[in-house]
Amino acid sequence: MYLKIQTDHARFRQIIKGKIKQDLRKYISNGEMIGIKGKEYISIPVPTINLPHFEFGKNDQQGVGTGDGQEGDAIGKEGEGKGGAGNSEGTHIKEVDLSMAEMAEIMSEELGLPHIKPKGDKNIKGDKNVYNSVHKIGPRSLLHFKRTYKEALKRNIAMGSYEKEDPIIIPQQRDFRYRSFKRKSIENNSAVIIFMMDVSGSMGDEQKSIVRTESFWIDTWLRSQYKGLETRYIVHDAVANEVDRETFFSTRESGGTIISAAYQKALDLIDRYYPPESWNIYLFHFSDGDNWSSDDTVKCFELLEQRLLPKVNLFCYGQVESLYGSGQFYRDLSERFKAENPATERVVASRIPSKEAIYDSIKDFLKKGV
Amino acid sequence: MADLPPELARHKEEIEKIAKTYGLDFYTTIFEIVDYDLMNQLAAYGGFPTRYPHWSFGMDYERLAKSYQYGLSKIYEMVINNDPVIAYLLKGNSEMDQKLVMAHVYGHADFFKNNYYFSSSNRKSVDMMANHGVKVSRFVEKLGPERVETFIDIAQSIDNLIDPQGNFTRVKDELAEGHDTDPSRLPLAKLKSKDYMDKYINPPEFLEAQRQKLFDDLKKKQRIPENPQQDVLEFLIEYAPLENWEREILTLIRREAYYFLPQAQTKIMNEGWASYWHSTIMTKHKLTDAEVIDYACSHAGTVATSPGRFNPYKIGIELFRDIEDRWNKGKFGLEYDNCNNLADKRAWNKNFGLGRQKIFDVRRVYNDVTFIDEFLTPEFCAEHKLFIFAMNPKSHEYEIASREFKKIKQQLLFQLTNRGHPRIFVVDGNFQNRGELLLAHRYEGSEIKLATAKDTLTNVHKCWRRPVHLQTLIQDQPRLLSFDGAEYAEKSIGHEDLAFVKQN
Repeated sequence: MYLKIQTDHARFRQIIKGKIKQDLRKYISNGEMIGIKGKEYISIPVPTINLPHFEFGKNDQQGVGTGDGQEGDAIGKEGEGKGGAGNSEGTHIKEVDLSMAEMAEIMSEELGLPHIKPKGDKNIKGDKNVYNSVHKIGPRSLLHFKRTYKEALKRNIAMGSYEKEDPIIIPQQRDFRYRSFKRKSIENNSAVIIFMMDVSGSMGDEQKSIVRTESFWIDTWLRSQYKGLETRYIVHDAVANEVDRETFFSTRESGGTIISAAYQKALDLIDRYYPPESWNIYLFHFSDGDNWSSDDTVKCFELLEQRLLPKVNLFCYGQVESLYGSGQFYRDLSERFKAENPATERVVASRIPSKEAIYDSIKDFLKKGV
Repeated sequence: MADLPPELARHKEEIEKIAKTYGLDFYTTIFEIVDYDLMNQLAAYGGFPTRYPHWSFGMDYERLAKSYQYGLSKIYEMVINNDPVIAYLLKGNSEMDQKLVMAHVYGHADFFKNNYYFSSSNRKSVDMMANHGVKVSRFVEKLGPERVETFIDIAQSIDNLIDPQGNFTRVKDELAEGHDTDPSRLPLAKLKSKDYMDKYINPPEFLEAQRQKLFDDLKKKQRIPENPQQDVLEFLIEYAPLENWEREILTLIRREAYYFLPQAQTKIMNEGWASYWHSTIMTKHKLTDAEVIDYACSHAGTVATSPGRFNPYKIGIELFRDIEDRWNKGKFGLEYDNCNNLADKRAWNKNFGLGRQKIFDVRRVYNDVTFIDEFLTPEFCAEHKLFIFAMNPKSHEYEIASREFKKIKQQLLFQLTNRGHPRIFVVDGNFQNRGELLLAHRYEGSEIKLATAKDTLTNVHKCWRRPVHLQTLIQDQPRLLSFDGAEYAEKSIGHEDLAFVKQN
C-alpha cells in the first residue's frame, strides 16, 4: 500500500521551516514530548501548527481526574500537561535537536556561498551521466529485468490471467523497463575559507563555545557542499597564529585583543597562497568586539578596505555578546560600512547573542542568491 | 498488505463466533496487518488510506512517528466505521495482543452499527474520503496547491462550527419565503375613490408596483436564518459569496466533520463498550494459561489512570460494569433510591439478572452526555476516586479542587457538551441591514479565548467577505467582537442586544 503522507509531511516541514505560507508562522508552537533514553530524560521537539478555533479560554483550566489525594493536593505543574504529572523532579532533560542529516538538509535548501564564481584551473565544468532512473524505452542492454518482471506481474494480476499453479509471466512490450540516466552538470569552484577567532581573555567559555559551534557548522556544511574547498584557521589575541583544525576548535588562550593582527595574518595567507584570480575567498571572523584600542580598529578598517575586501568574495563578522566585551567593534564596523560605502556588499556583520541565534546568524552569512 | 496468517485467521473466526453468541451484531469486519510506519501513516489520516492533501496530516504523522521512534507510544489498534468495518493490526505484536485487539474491535464494530448516534453515518466512508481526496486534488491541479491549501486552512479553522444534533436534523428547513408567498394578497393602502374613478385614482399598474415593493420589503425584513443556527458551516455554504470550488471544499469539510461527530460524542461509551468485550471474550474464552500475565499487563495499560488524566477506557468499562451489576441486583428504581440504610443498600440484591440486557439497551440509545448524566452515581465517583482538578494561579500547579459528586458530574457534562467547544450560532445574515454576519456565543459560564477568537473571526470573514461580528460575554459584560476585513474592533453592548439570555 502506498500512502501520500510523504507529500503532506514535506509540506508541513516546509511550513515549519518558514519556507512557505508565512501567515501560518504565528500558529506554530514548539511542543515537546518527554522521552527516556537510557537513564536520561530527553525532550523531543514536536512542532505543531494550531489553526485558530473558537475555543474556551482560561476557565478551561480544569478537568476531571482520578486517584488518591485530598482537596488542595497538587497533581502537576502548569505546562507539564495534564498527563505529565508525577514525573520525578530534578531530572536532566536533554534536547534532541535536529539530527545532522536533517540540519544539513535544511542548510542546503536555504544556504549557499554568496558571490561564488567559477575561478581557477580546478574549475572544470562538465556533464556526468548518472544512472538512477527508469524509462519505458531504451536499449536492450539496459533492460531492468526486475522492474520489467514486476510490471508484467502487475498486468497479469490485474487482468486476472495470473495462475498460482502455473505462474508463467510473459512480458509484453509495454512492460519493459530500462535503466536510464540523467545528465548532471558538475561545477568546480575553488574556494578557500579563512576562519579567524578571537581567543582573548575577554572571551568566556560560553562565547567560545558559541563561536566554535557556529564555525563548526559553517565548516562542516561548506565541506559537504563544495568540493575542492580549502579551509585555514587563525586564532588571535594580541598576536595571530595559524593553527590546524583540531587546535582551532579546542584551543584556549588569553590575553589582549588586537584584531588587526588577525587580518594581517589573513592577508599574508591570501597573498602567499590564494591569488584572487583563481580563488573564491571567504573570511569569517568571530570576536566579542572588544578591540584593544580605537587606533587598532582604524587600522583594521584600513586593512579591510584597501587590502582585503578587493580580494575576497565576502567578509563575515560574527560578534558574540560577552560579559566584559564592549561590543564596540560591531558598532564601528556597521558605522563604517553603511549602504553608501561601495565595499559594503562584501561585508556581513551579525550578532550572536545566544546559542539559539546561531542558526539565524549562519543564515545571515550564507544567504543564497546574494 | 497480506492476508492474515493462518493462526490469526483462526482466532478471528473464533472471536467472531464468540462475539455473535453474546449477541454482538456487526458488519463484516476485515483485519489488515500493517507495519508500524504504515500504521502511523494511516493513523495520521484518521485510519483512511486516502484523504485530501493537506499538511495537517503530515503534522500528525510526524508526531506519531517521533513518538513511536522514541518508544513513547505505539498504536495497537485502529478501526474505522465503514461497511465493511476495517481494522488494522500492528505487525509484530504478540499473538495475545492481536487476540485482544480483535476482541476489542468487535466491540467497536457492534457499537458503530447499533448506537443511535451512528445511525445516519455514511457507511461508505472509505469511498467518501477517497472521493474528497480526488476532488481536492483536481482543484489543486487547476488552481495550484497554495490557494487550495489556504482555503482548507480556513475551513479547518471553523470545522467545529456544526450542530451536534445536526446528524438528525439535516433535512434542511425550507427557507421561509415569507408568510405569504403571493404578492396579490398583500393588503394595500388604497386611496379612497368611487368605483368608477378607482382605476384612475388607483391605477392597477401602480398598485401592482406597490405590492411588489411591499413584498420585497417584507422579504428583506425577514431574518436569515429564521432561528439561530448552530450549523455555521451550512449557513456559509448556502449564503456566503464563495467561489464554486471553495463551496465544494467547505461542503466536504463539513461532511467529514459530521462523519466524525458521533465518534467524538460517544468516546467514553465506545471505548468502554469495546473494553468490556475484549475483557469478557479474553478472560472467559480466548486466553491460554501462559498468556494471563501478558494479558493483565496489556489490559492494565489500556485502563490505567493517572491523577491528572481522565481515561475514557477506564471510566467507560467501569460504568458499563456498574450498570450491569446494578441491573443484575435490582439496584435501581424508587425503592432502592428511597432506602436510607447504607448497609442495606450495599447488600442489595433482588436477583433481577437484567444486567446484560440493560447494557445492550444502553449502548443503543445513549451518548456520552446522557450516559454520564444518567448512570454516574455518587457511589461510583467515590469508588473510582474521581475528582475535579483546577489550576491554582498562585502556585501554577494543578490541584485537586473538589470531590463533590455534583461538581464532578457538572464538570464532566460541561466537558462533553458540544464536544467541549463553545456553542456558536449564526443569528443574523443581514446584520444592521448591511449584509453583515452576526454570530453569537451561547455563554454557559465559560469565556471563549479572545486571541484565537479574533483569528477565527478573520477566517469567517474570509468566507463571508463582509464584516463579521461575534457576541459573547467577557467578564460578565456583553461584548461585540467585529472584524471588517481590515480592522478588528471590540465594543460593549447592552444585555438586551444579546441573542441568548445569559445563563449560569
